[in-house]
Amino acid sequence: MNVRVDWRASVSLVGTVVKYLAVALLLPLLVALWYGDGLVTFGATILFAVLFGWSLEQFDDDPDLGAREGFLMVGLTWLTVAFVGAVPYLIAGNGTVAQPSYALFESMSGFTTTGATVMGDISFDTHSRALMLWRQQTQWLGGMGIVVLAVAILPELSVGGAQLMDAEAPGPGIEKLTPRIAETARVLWLVYLGFTVVEFLLLYGLHLAGHAPNMTLYNAVAHPLTTMPTGGFSPEARSIEAFSAVVQWVIIPFMVVAGTNFALFWHVVRGESSNLFGDSEFRFYAGAMGALSAIAAVILFVGPTLLGPSNPVEVAGQGESSVRHAAFNIVSIVTTTGYASMDFQAWSGPAKYVLVFAMFVGGSAGSTGGGIKIIRWLVILKSIRRELFTTVHPEAVSPVRLAGKALDERALRGIYAFSLLYFVLFLMGALLLAVDASRVGLELSVVEAVTASAATLGNIGPGLGMVGPMGSYIDFPASSKLLMVGLMWIGRLEIIPVLVLLTSGYWRS
Amino acid sequence: MIVIGAGEVGSSIAASLSKSHEVVVIDTDEERVESLTYDLDVLAIEGDGTSLDTLTEARASDADMVIASTDNDETNIVACSTTETISDAFTIARVKKTSLLRTWENSPGAFGVDFMVSVDLLTAETIVRIAGLPGAQDVDTFSNGSVQMAEFEVADESPIANQSVQEADRFESLTFAAILRNGEVTIPRGDTVIGSGDQVVVIGSPGSVRKFAATLTPDPALEEANEIVVVGGGEIGFQTARLFEQRGIKPRLIERDPERAREIAEALPGTVVLESDATDIDFLGREHVDEADIVVAALDNDEKNLLASLLAKRLGAGRTIAVVEAGNYVDVFEAVGVDVAVNPREVTAEEITRFTREEHTENVALIEADRAEVLEVEIDEESVLVGKPISEATAEFPSGVVVGAITRDDEFITPRGDTVVERGDHVVVFVDTTVLDEVSPLL
Repeated sequence: MNVRVDWRASVSLVGTVVKYLAVALLLPLLVALWYGDGLVTFGATILFAVLFGWSLEQFDDDPDLGAREGFLMVGLTWLTVAFVGAVPYLIAGNGTVAQPSYALFESMSGFTTTGATVMGDISFDTHSRALMLWRQQTQWLGGMGIVVLAVAILPELSVGGAQLMDAEAPGPGIEKLTPRIAETARVLWLVYLGFTVVEFLLLYGLHLAGHAPNMTLYNAVAHPLTTMPTGGFSPEARSIEAFSAVVQWVIIPFMVVAGTNFALFWHVVRGESSNLFGDSEFRFYAGAMGALSAIAAVILFVGPTLLGPSNPVEVAGQGESSVRHAAFNIVSIVTTTGYASMDFQAWSGPAKYVLVFAMFVGGSAGSTGGGIKIIRWLVILKSIRRELFTTVHPEAVSPVRLAGKALDERALRGIYAFSLLYFVLFLMGALLLAVDASRVGLELSVVEAVTASAATLGNIGPGLGMVGPMGSYIDFPASSKLLMVGLMWIGRLEIIPVLVLLTSGYWRS
Repeated sequence: MIVIGAGEVGSSIAASLSKSHEVVVIDTDEERVESLTYDLDVLAIEGDGTSLDTLTEARASDADMVIASTDNDETNIVACSTTETISDAFTIARVKKTSLLRTWENSPGAFGVDFMVSVDLLTAETIVRIAGLPGAQDVDTFSNGSVQMAEFEVADESPIANQSVQEADRFESLTFAAILRNGEVTIPRGDTVIGSGDQVVVIGSPGSVRKFAATLTPDPALEEANEIVVVGGGEIGFQTARLFEQRGIKPRLIERDPERAREIAEALPGTVVLESDATDIDFLGREHVDEADIVVAALDNDEKNLLASLLAKRLGAGRTIAVVEAGNYVDVFEAVGVDVAVNPREVTAEEITRFTREEHTENVALIEADRAEVLEVEIDEESVLVGKPISEATAEFPSGVVVGAITRDDEFITPRGDTVVERGDHVVVFVDTTVLDEVSPLL
């Protein structure tokens, strides 16, 4: 077979990225030094990353990245980084995540900002503080995108950079904020870093002011690292339930921000637009979350009297807390963060259905959120309206418009294809999980299979039932775990860049 | 006077200018130059209007005005810029692209062009103006829009048919300027009887002109005319739809070429673009073109426009406005049933002509193939009108002159016999072409 893709170049650049991952590993190493726990783990991992990266680099000493190599590089980067990220769990050797399939799942769930966990005992009794911080940090690195970060700092990626970012960034197409793509990548990371720091200051400030007893310095660092990438990991086993109501209120706007197109903030900072609501995607995004939260809040509040007795006492009939828990969990699911302010598994049926619905909304394009993405829904709704109009007026030429600009029909096709593929993969995933579970005799309800598939493909994290916010993915067989690793990987890269690699046309001329 | 580019517009401008000015025409086409030499009383030069040598040969340095009217926007602009380097002549460039026009409007004098005119845009503006006034054949605005001139045809069933002017003129700020009957211009007096088939020219405030229009015809005003169909997506059709859209109307536009249709649909969010042949009767029925209040035919050739508008009219459309490239077809079109025929060249000529007039002439409208003109004049010290009542001043004019309206600081003043015109006033005057040369210097 005549392979037309210069895979050596791709592999070599993946090596460079892995080598630089060692720099990121310095943070947990420092934490390990501070607490005197986990030094060996991270020392060894850094050595491994450098050596492994260096050896991959040897495939091509002057990599030249074309369009096709770009897809391969992005796909391989995410796989390889997940493998390297799993190494600390293996070396530390504590708890369930010491097993290879568990470690890979946890690492992939981290980098893809899914937030699904297979850690049996989430506490510092089993795991070192350094390892738990690494778990948080994988999400932060994956949030704005490893390749985007690579484009920002590696000069050799400047030429194909736009295409690389396009393959990685959430949403259809990217927006160049500056003439140089590396500059754009830096701007995005800067905005991202800025919000992370602000959240840290607010959370730690609340702790110092005495409003958040559990929000220690460690937690105040750890949570912004998983809020901004819409990740959802928490070193607390009970997620955000462990913190006071004020903390929960403070985290909500940051999740909203994380699910917003970061380019918008850049425009606001530059004074090019004064109002986020001028953007049609943001309006729709905020509107969808507002509406879903309102519905959920009403259901939670009146639950016991009208819709059955099943709502937990902390929300039923409680104004502030039903609004807070509805808003927090809906925002968390829509933005694909995956935090929980309470065990929503305990909610009444209707409220849970609202959550399932929210799973398919997704964040904005150019945000750190996963899922189908608001912008695609907006376009799909508009093209359905167009379809109805052209049925009556067959001769009408009516382009689908977004923010006043007509969308190219090719872009529309891409959006249809993506959304259809998303549902196909989601259903196939659910089916395979159900089959695999029955193979090993695991009892898996339909809701569990469906939400597990949706939560991993959409990079959300928690589902319902066994995989609920306080549960875990531990009980799945290893084969199912690997399947979900694949779903997370495909979901994070938005399906098409990965599926392209599986076509023969990609590899030949 | 130098005219660069002897295409259709260029030649017609040259022809109309040659009556009163020395005209030099420059064109690259040898045959056209040859035929112009014999057809018109102009000096025709073969050459490139953008080259200094040709311009020198045409003695551009002594010219008062250079009009660049080739089919190419960039050529016209470069020709003007080149002229500017050797001459103080007033330069006029004709352009198609509205983007160029916008640049020039933002910084007048850009590209060394003293005046820029877009034929297609002007035509579209005229169409929209006419569409805005039910029953009107021609509409022009003066004094920044505070004065309107309109021409109406009086139909048999019209309430003012067989009435005297005194009876018909029930509006405070409206002047009956002229009656055109069988191509003859009559200045009406109070007892003149308006016959059916006459065309009346009125000048007044936009509100009074509109009220007058409303008494003539039951057709709805533009604001209520919710069904407007533009046939043809050429530049004129496109601009027309765009201007309608600007007025808050959602027009429909029919264009045959899929790519162009898509282009227009992308550019005009408020327009429903239909990709079809405008002469397909099934299609017209399906889209209820028969219920349209106004149908504008703006296809790229006169025959198609005639067919499209007659078809629409026959199906039952309210009012049809057709674009006619050939000036001498205007009457024919209107005779066979098209309500209004708009000739882009006449529209352009109106715009360019005002620069060939005395300096204080602000605006010109041509009536019925230049049988008469409506001029807007800024009154200076030398004008015979200044400082005395109108009845006194008009005594010095030959017949065929009517003072239609006066504006002072954009405020409308109805001219009466005893109204005194002040310096700086803008006066809108109707003038019969036969006495134009005599009257213009007096104003």
